[in-house]
Amino acid sequence: MTEKNMTCIICPMGCSIIVKMEGQEIKEISGNTCKRGAAYAESEIRHPERTLTTTMRCEDGRMLSVKTDRPIPKARLMDCMERINSHVAALPVSIGDILMKDVFGSNIVATENKGQEGR
Amino acid sequence: MYDVAIVGAGVVGGMLARTLAAYDLSICILEKENDVAMGATRANSGIVHAGYDAEEGSLKARLNVRGAEMMEGITRELGVPYRNNGSLVIGFGEEDRRTIEGLYARGCKNGVRDLRILEGEEARELEPGLSESVVCALYAPTAAIVCPYELAIAAIGNAMDNGVSLKLHFEVGKIEKKEGYYEISSGEEKVSARFVVNAAGLYSDEIAAMAGDHSIQVHPRRGEYLLLDKDCGNLVSHTIFRTPSHRGKGILITPTVDGNLLLGPTSVDMEDKEDRSATEEGFARIVEQARENVKNIPFRKVITSFCGLRAAGNTGDFIITSPEPGFVNAAGIESPGLTAAPAIGEYIVEMLKSQGLVLRKKEDFHPVRRPAYAFRNASVEEKNEMIRRDKSYGRVVCRCETVTEGEILEAIRTNPPARDLDGIKRRTRAQMGRCQGGFCMPYIAELLSREMQIPFEEVTKSGKGSEIVAGRTKETKAK
Amino acid sequence: MTDLVIIGGGPAGMSAAVAAYEKGVRDILILERDEHLGGILQQCIHNGFGLHRFGEELTGPEYAWKYEKKVRELGISVKYRTMVLAVSPDRIITAANEEEGIFTVEAKAVVLAMGCRERPKGALNIAGTRPAGIFSAGTAQKLVNQKGYLPGKSVVILGSGDIGLIMARRMTLEGAEVKAVCELMPYSGGLIRNIEQCLNDFGIPLKLSHTVVEIHGREKLEGVTIAKVDQNRNPIPETREYIACDTLLLSVGLIPENELSVQAGIQLDAVTGGAVVDQDRETSRQGIFACGNVLHVHDLVDFVSEEAETAGKNAAAYIMGERGRSCDIPVSCDKKIRYTVPQRITERKDLTIFFRVADRYRNVKITVLGDGRVVHSVRKLRMAPGEMESIRLKGELLQDISRIRLELEEMEA
Repeated sequence: MTEKNMTCIICPMGCSIIVKMEGQEIKEISGNTCKRGAAYAESEIRHPERTLTTTMRCEDGRMLSVKTDRPIPKARLMDCMERINSHVAALPVSIGDILMKDVFGSNIVATENKGQEGR
Repeated sequence: MYDVAIVGAGVVGGMLARTLAAYDLSICILEKENDVAMGATRANSGIVHAGYDAEEGSLKARLNVRGAEMMEGITRELGVPYRNNGSLVIGFGEEDRRTIEGLYARGCKNGVRDLRILEGEEARELEPGLSESVVCALYAPTAAIVCPYELAIAAIGNAMDNGVSLKLHFEVGKIEKKEGYYEISSGEEKVSARFVVNAAGLYSDEIAAMAGDHSIQVHPRRGEYLLLDKDCGNLVSHTIFRTPSHRGKGILITPTVDGNLLLGPTSVDMEDKEDRSATEEGFARIVEQARENVKNIPFRKVITSFCGLRAAGNTGDFIITSPEPGFVNAAGIESPGLTAAPAIGEYIVEMLKSQGLVLRKKEDFHPVRRPAYAFRNASVEEKNEMIRRDKSYGRVVCRCETVTEGEILEAIRTNPPARDLDGIKRRTRAQMGRCQGGFCMPYIAELLSREMQIPFEEVTKSGKGSEIVAGRTKETKAK
Repeated sequence: MTDLVIIGGGPAGMSAAVAAYEKGVRDILILERDEHLGGILQQCIHNGFGLHRFGEELTGPEYAWKYEKKVRELGISVKYRTMVLAVSPDRIITAANEEEGIFTVEAKAVVLAMGCRERPKGALNIAGTRPAGIFSAGTAQKLVNQKGYLPGKSVVILGSGDIGLIMARRMTLEGAEVKAVCELMPYSGGLIRNIEQCLNDFGIPLKLSHTVVEIHGREKLEGVTIAKVDQNRNPIPETREYIACDTLLLSVGLIPENELSVQAGIQLDAVTGGAVVDQDRETSRQGIFACGNVLHVHDLVDFVSEEAETAGKNAAAYIMGERGRSCDIPVSCDKKIRYTVPQRITERKDLTIFFRVADRYRNVKITVLGDGRVVHSVRKLRMAPGEMESIRLKGELLQDISRIRLELEEMEA
């Protein structure tokens, strides 16, 4: 039996989770205070994922804040940055607009409004 | 061909330029930096000394007292804040008392007015924050405070408004004597002038040597300072000096004209003329000494710390000499150089005159410069009038010091124009308050970029090499 | 005369405005110095906002938009690019903008929601030079996220506050190398999840009990010297280590921005740096309320919104003549607790006391004493200075009590 310690990043609580494993098999998850913590621990062992928040350049040169609309593989964060960095957002843009489709299994969506009157 | 070239755009060169600008002459100031007031003028105590320090009969004594007399009128003309707050030299024992009596006697001989020796209690009545251990003090009611770089900027600005040219990035590398004039070079660039005045501060020994005068030695003296928040400016109302002793001159505690509290300077002789690095020991010494002199200094209210280099000479007096007709040195202008600066200007003009410079009063000379910080100190009616005329005065950029966009644009557009963030700071106080530019710096950088028509990436803190950003995001590749 | 003037249109100001509207006040004016509502949230493009309020994980601009939309829908007036210059004790507000010049507004009630600012670098008295390349973390955040510029390519961060941690990740994602995060204390002031996902994810070392002791470089930053500190936080000379870098970010704490409060003659708390308030967030000046980071620095915006609702609702009650002060119970705490908000109670009703502890503790009991007698207590497994704590009190517990004190006791494990 091996033990893995991790800090849950699902919410600001930051629970310390202990995962007991036998080989590749998860035997027990403890220390979490909610179900999402257990799910996080399992995902962190099997296929760690992160939501990426960053910026994209707009056609007028300004910056637009964006995010992946679901977590992507942690190992792909920098590759995802490169894809976003080579893209330019057409204006106007509203929160939730899809700017790029299927980037490592996620869409890149706007997290702010830009290009509307006064913005 | 200029009539006069002044090497160095500090307070000495600036005051001289303004004095000369009253005459029908062509004048240029040569400065190696990206702005004026970048040497000793940038970081010193800003004290208008009464004049009891310098040895009787010395040039320092004479020019100090004369400069102090001139200062109020000059600052009024230049629109620079001046506060006649008086100074106290405080003593802690019998040895200090004897020194203070000596200073009193010397001050009287130098012609300083209204000096008085106070007992400890009297001194504390005048300045309640003084330490209980103070037993006596020399009170000099004529002492005052100014802002050294504001004074230099205003003097140079006024000189420029009256026709003086300022050449920045002109680092003098060679001075050649020609037939009746000098040729001064900075790399490929050359300037010719019939008279040259060396007001190059820390580098005045090197400039003198270029003209063949090897008698001058100047070395940097480091002075570290701590500046406290504006809500501490009322802790003392006078400038408080420690009695000089075998342990040195000690640090001073003074309000500034802008309402902050200034502590310092330390005094360490150095070799490197560009090493403006402050030390932990220096800060510790300031704190330790300031505590002994004044009660309850709130050191956690420090908003910035800085270090200046003063140009210390090798003679103990100002070195104002002329090794040959046509070339004048103003070297080793150490304390009380700021106070003496207007008088040094006057003195050098007389020297140049005796060497054949023809002085004809200009009829259209305007000695008055519009005051800086127009907005903050204006009445509501005046503020409204400013905003009505120019909307940019209705936009407050620096929250801590209430500086408007209008003032920042004015600093970029008027003489001598600010070209970097520190230049804006010295002219307007934007970025100099509690947050030290945390909020307004990016916006001010955008204004500089727009006004100077340069990309944002080329905006600097203080001249080339101090660019504030490395580049645009998305274009800087990961390593 | 305006019913309610709110100074600041960040999360606190917007939430207070909406709450006051919902309570029935219609004549509301928000004075905002920026061009948009939302305050600092606009540059906080990372996620983690809104879990408590909205049950979903939002980025800063998304969280701000939820409130901005409400402010717009309700038709609440906002003056943008308007800087408040003064607030008088009798609630006359002097402000400036381009269109109106200097103008005054007289208000029946005022909500102060100006937020906070970062501690400046100078206050740190670091030895060495003052070259370009030194930024507070928030300034760097604005440059990177909103202006689109990278301050530098190799970075050291002093202070492990959340903004510093977030910027470590941001700068890394944008192509810079973050060489170390130094924290003076033996623990981080930031949220644990941020250490995990902002530092550990990218292999950025967190150097606890370390500080920057010297800055090198003339025009541009060339490097910093860091050193380990002893228990008294004094650097240990033998541990000095040079790190080459062109950027130093400072994330060494936030200070409520209370210049206006001082002018208004409002009593401030020396520990929080914000106003002394009662349970309804009313300051020592009647009719002037304070909420959000101008009152005390919060770690989660969700709690800012909640606090601002309290302030907004009660400012509305004040305007409608529904507020009464029936008592004045001071709230104090022992040395293991840094501060409490509120600092006084003026009505005996159900309320929450927020507080921060002074150190890291395990297995503690927080006791609420009323006139020296235990009226309530809670046990906590873990407490840290970086996290705001709260304790709820029932109104009936406060009957006949004239003072409240919070004490922290470490229990045997």
